[in-house]
Amino acid sequence: MEQTVFRLDDLRVWYGEYQALLGVSMTIERNQITAFIGPSGCGKSTLLRSFNRMNDLIPGARVEGLLAYHGTDIYGPDIDPIEVRRRIGMVFQKPNVFPKSIYENVAYGPRVNRMKVDLDDVVEECLTRAALWDEVKSDLRKSAYALSGGQQQRLVIARCIAVQPEVILMDEPCASLDPIATTKVEDLMRELAKDYTIVIVTHNMQQAARVSDRTAFFTAELDEAGVRHGRLVEYGATRQIFSAPAQQSTEDYISGRFG
Amino acid sequence: MSVEEDLVGQGTPAADRIFRWLLFIALGIGILTLVVLLATVTIKGAPRLDPALITNMPSLRFPERAGAQSAITGTLWVITFTALFSLPTGILAAVYLEEFARPGGRFQRIVELNIQNLAAVPSIVYGILGLGVFVRALALGQSVVAAALTLALLVLPIVIIATREALRAVPRSIREGSLALGATPWQTTYRQTLPAAIPGIATGVILAVSRAAGEAAPLLMVGAVGFITFNPDGLLAGYTTLPIQIFNWTKDSREEFQVLASAAIVLLLVLLLALNFTAIWIRNRTQKRW
Repeated sequence: MEQTVFRLDDLRVWYGEYQALLGVSMTIERNQITAFIGPSGCGKSTLLRSFNRMNDLIPGARVEGLLAYHGTDIYGPDIDPIEVRRRIGMVFQKPNVFPKSIYENVAYGPRVNRMKVDLDDVVEECLTRAALWDEVKSDLRKSAYALSGGQQQRLVIARCIAVQPEVILMDEPCASLDPIATTKVEDLMRELAKDYTIVIVTHNMQQAARVSDRTAFFTAELDEAGVRHGRLVEYGATRQIFSAPAQQSTEDYISGRFG
Repeated sequence: MSVEEDLVGQGTPAADRIFRWLLFIALGIGILTLVVLLATVTIKGAPRLDPALITNMPSLRFPERAGAQSAITGTLWVITFTALFSLPTGILAAVYLEEFARPGGRFQRIVELNIQNLAAVPSIVYGILGLGVFVRALALGQSVVAAALTLALLVLPIVIIATREALRAVPRSIREGSLALGATPWQTTYRQTLPAAIPGIATGVILAVSRAAGEAAPLLMVGAVGFITFNPDGLLAGYTTLPIQIFNWTKDSREEFQVLASAAIVLLLVLLLALNFTAIWIRNRTQKRW
């Protein structure tokens, strides 16, 4: 399979009359962790939610330009967003476990997608991969709400990989976790990157520096009318972005001078 | 001035105390009314709060032996079918409005306004509608099914509103989590949103049904029979209900019937309070988990 998973060409996102994101052109590479960083309102979450068409759920949201997944425009007329989401999973900012047992949380994806798999095996395998199995193996029938925040987020990751996606999108996955839980999720990301392509939005620059291979820096810019738009400023290898950014605004942001 | 002098309070201001008393009096009026009501009917109906009230049929000639059995069974028949007619319709309508209609669209706004207005229409108007449509046009006559359909229309807006509120209380993140796994909107609704909303729906529905059980006006229009000495044996049977039976007994001038009516009121109140307590119990038992 070729290296490029996503290719974006002048991708613009609108909410009604408001353009949230100015044209973005970039590629996302296979088995890498790509981090989106930038201040609030810079469009990084908006862009992430365009990758699996979650923006479709927001009334008035629309996308212009090209967002190609292995060469196919996922906003093409014949594309079913449900099929897109089966291949491109998502982990949210707040661990949104379902009000069901731990087992049923992981089994949910295979069930709704009618996957011909042994559910017991899938549950064990995914919880193991999410580094949660040893902590919950005797409590699989307990409510997922009994878990701590960090465990819940790892459960959400296990639930996500149970449908065998190729890509995992993570929208500030550690924003509501304590430092120890954050470390566990970060270790897990590095582990998962061997098999999955991961795109992560984060407010935490140290996190981007620690876990990601490539980093995209976005900023929020005012136009002549005083309206705020998100813009991609700089994109490259994480090492280069953090050590020798090409743009002054990137350097200001990562050195903490603004944002 | 020392710190200690500074910290000594000036006592509660008079305005504060007066306001607190006003609040307390307002609350007292509500509670007192209920207590007086319950006490009066219980004292008056006490001589007839006996097993015969439940086991015996009404009687015009022997008020001291008359009971409300046919009214009790009639009430159960009518509210059971009211629930059966209104629940699926109301819940499905609410699911459509909340989960599938375009949010904020023109259609949704018009329907929403209509439902709010329907919930405020006096029940007697539903009685007239039931008389015209179910009793006469559909020729269902003065039957259990005509009464149940009429009451179902009456409580439908309440069921829809309660269900919508319960659905709205389910966080967006649950729906997003399900959709992000490749579930369809319908799978998301029946596997996640609806199950999570069931306690809220159950509470609203029980309150709606208990309102139907206490209604007399629309049933007077669609022809509940005042005096009936048999239990309904089918959907097309004639029937009476507790509120109608009470209404008819209070119309009779004989003292024994006044006592009987009070006893039946106690029975009706017990039934309705039991339904309401069930609703509260369900709500408390399933406190929000998110």
